Amino acid sequence: MDMTTQGIQIAQPFVPAKPNAAKVVARSVNVHYGEKHALKDVSVDVPDQAVMAFIGPSGCGKSTFLRCINRMNDTIPICRVTGKIEIDGKDIYDPALDVVQLRARVGMVFQKPNPFPKSIYENVAYGPRIHGLAKNKTDLDEIVTTSLEKAGLLKEVKDRLNDSGTSLSGGQQQRLCIARAIAVSPDIILMDEPCSALDPIATARIEELIDELRSNFCIIIVTHSMQQAARVSQRTAFFHLGILVEEGETEAIFTNPREERTRDYITGRFG
Amino acid sequence: MTTVYFITLACLVVAGYIIAARRARALRPSSGAAVHSLPTYHGLLAAASLIVPMILMFAIGSPIVKQLATSSVFSFFPPEIANDPLQRGVILRDVANLLEGRYQGEPSAALRDAAASYARFFWTGRLVVLGTGIAVGMAALLLVLSRISASFRARNHFERFVLAVLLLCALVAILTTIGIVFSVVWETYRFFFDPSLKGRPTITDFLFGTEWNPQAALRADQGEIKTAYGFIPLLTGTLLITFIAILVAGPLGLFSAIYLSEYATPRFRAWAKPILEILAGIPTVVLGFFAALTVAPLIRGWGESFGLDIASESALAAGLVMGMMIIPFISSLSDDVINAVPQSLRDGAYALGATKSETIKKVVLPAALPGIVSAFMLAISRAIGETMIVVMAAGLAANLTFNPLEAVTTITVQIKTILVGDQEFDSAKTLAAFALGFVLFFVTLMLNIIAQQIVRRYREQYD
Repeated sequence: MDMTTQGIQIAQPFVPAKPNAAKVVARSVNVHYGEKHALKDVSVDVPDQAVMAFIGPSGCGKSTFLRCINRMNDTIPICRVTGKIEIDGKDIYDPALDVVQLRARVGMVFQKPNPFPKSIYENVAYGPRIHGLAKNKTDLDEIVTTSLEKAGLLKEVKDRLNDSGTSLSGGQQQRLCIARAIAVSPDIILMDEPCSALDPIATARIEELIDELRSNFCIIIVTHSMQQAARVSQRTAFFHLGILVEEGETEAIFTNPREERTRDYITGRFG
Repeated sequence: MTTVYFITLACLVVAGYIIAARRARALRPSSGAAVHSLPTYHGLLAAASLIVPMILMFAIGSPIVKQLATSSVFSFFPPEIANDPLQRGVILRDVANLLEGRYQGEPSAALRDAAASYARFFWTGRLVVLGTGIAVGMAALLLVLSRISASFRARNHFERFVLAVLLLCALVAILTTIGIVFSVVWETYRFFFDPSLKGRPTITDFLFGTEWNPQAALRADQGEIKTAYGFIPLLTGTLLITFIAILVAGPLGLFSAIYLSEYATPRFRAWAKPILEILAGIPTVVLGFFAALTVAPLIRGWGESFGLDIASESALAAGLVMGMMIIPFISSLSDDVINAVPQSLRDGAYALGATKSETIKKVVLPAALPGIVSAFMLAISRAIGETMIVVMAAGLAANLTFNPLEAVTTITVQIKTILVGDQEFDSAKTLAAFALGFVLFFVTLMLNIIAQQIVRRYREQYD
C-alpha cells in the first residue's frame, strides 16, 4: 500500500453519521476497466433519507462508483468489480441476486435526459408495467400521476400526457426521467450529473426537487458543481484519481476539509 | 485519330500544369502582400482551361467532319439514291468496307471515287480539328499564364470550375432519370391512345382485365385467338411472390439483425455481418437457377410425398429464393438502425430494471421502427422489381391465382418476355411492356414515398 492510500485510511475512520442509518455500505470496492484500475479500494457508508454528493475532477471514478451501486457496470463487458457493496445489509454482488430486482430498487437518472421516444404517460408507466406494479388501468393512472406530481412535473404536463416525452424541454425531460425512476418506488435514486445538460433555471428546479425527495429516498448525486453539492447534499465524498480522498458532513468538507487535496479542489486550485 | 487527339490533350494538360505551377512558384509578392493562391491552384486552373476548350472542340468538330465526309460521298451518286435511307446505308457500309480493305468483289468507279473523297475529307477534317483544338487550348493556356500574378485568384477560379463539373455530373444523373420517365410515360400514352395502333386495350381493360395474352397479336393469321392485356393476373402474381419473399425474409432478416446488434459478441458480429452482406452480392441469375434446379424440385418432391400435385415451376419456389435474396437488405439495414438507437435509451430501460428482452421489445425496436420500416420497403421494392429468379422458377403462365403451389408470372417477367427477340415499335404488344414498366415504376415509387413519409414522421423521436 502506497503513501496516499495510507493517508486516507487515517483520514477516514468508518463511523457512520447516524448509527444504523447506513443504507448503502461499500467496503474495499475496486473497479478495473480492462487494464485500467478505475476505482481503488473505496469504502463508504451512504445514509438513508439524505442526499450524498460525490465530487471530484473528471475521470476520478465517482460515476464509476455510482454505477456499481445499481450494477450498471455489468453492461460493460471489460469492467470487473471486486469488493463488497451492501444495501440494507444484503450483498448486491451476490450471484443469487437478480440484477433486475436490484435495479427496480435502485433508480437512476442520467447526465443527459433520456426519455424514451414514447408519450409522457408511457415513459412513466414503463417501469410499473414491466414490474407488474399496477393491477389495473386505474392503478397505473394513479402511479403515473403521483410520480409526475412528486417530480414536480404534473402541473406542466397533465393536459398533454399523450405528447411525446422528447417534445418537452431539457429540464422537463430530466424531471420526466426522475418521475420515471420514482414510478417503480425505489429506495435509492442515483443521479449522474443530472443538471449538467440544463440551464440554471432548470437546474434550480431539479435541485429543489432533490431536496423534496430526500425525505423519502436515499439519494446519491454525482456532480461537477461544488455549489450544487453544497446546496443539496448532507454528506459529501471527494474522489481523486480513483481514490476516495475524504468523506464527511457536507458542511465540514466545504468549510474545514481534513485533506490538502480536498481543499485545493473545492477552492478551485485544480479540477 | 481520336487517340492522337486525346494523347495530345493529356500531354498539353500535364505540360500546362507544370509550366503554370512553376511560374507561380517563382512569383515574388510585392512587399506586404502574400501570393494569393498556391502554385497547385495555378497549375490546376491552367490544366482546366486547356481541357474544356479542347474537349468542346472535339465534341463539336468531330460530328461536323463526319457529316461533311458523308455528304461528299453522295455527290458521286444520283440524288434518288442519296435520298433513299436504305441505299444510303448500303453505300456508307460499302465505303467503310472499301477503306478497310474488306470489300468483296470489284467496286464501281463511283464507289471508289466516293471512298477516296470520304477518306480525304475525313482525314483533312480530323487534322483541322486537331489543329484548331491545339490552337484553342494553347490560346486558353497562354491567357491563363499571362494572368499569373501574386494577386491572381487562381484558387477561386479553379474552385468555380470544380463546382461547375460537380453540377454537370448531378445534372446528367437527374436528366437521365427524367428522360427515362418521359420515354416510359410517352410510350404508355401511345399504348393506350395512339389510334394507329391495332389491338390496343382501353385503360379499364388493362387495369381490370383478368386475362393476359399479348402473344396472340403476333399470330393474327392463326385465327380466333383473343389478344388480352388484362394486367390483374400479373399484379396478383407479383404480389403473391413478393408476399412469400417477405414472409421468408422479414422474420429471418429482422431476427438476425436483432441477434447481431444486441446479443452477438463483437467477434461473431465482425465476421457474420460481412457474410450476410455477401448474400446480397450473389447475382440473381445464380439464385435463379438455384431456385429452378434445386428448390423447385425439392418442393415438388415434398409435395409428392404429401400427395400434393405441385407444378415444377411454382410461386413458392420463386418466393422462397427471392426471400433469400432480400434477407441481407432487411438484416443489414435493420442492424444499422438498431445500432443507431442511442445507448442512453437502453441504459434508461436497464436502470428501471428492464431485462434485455424487455428493453429490446419496448424501447429499442420502437425507436428503430422507422428505419426498420424503410428497410422492409426497400426489400419489397427489390422483390417487386426482381426478374431473373421469377423467370427461371415461377414460369410464364399468367394464372390468376393465390395458390403458391401453382405457376404464376410477374410484371417484370412479362416485360422481359415481350421485349426478347425482334421487335416492332408499332405493335401494341411491344408497347405493352412500357405500360407494364410504367405501372411497376409507379408501384415502387409509391412504396418509396410511403417509406419516406414513415421515416420522416418518426425521425425526430430520439435525438
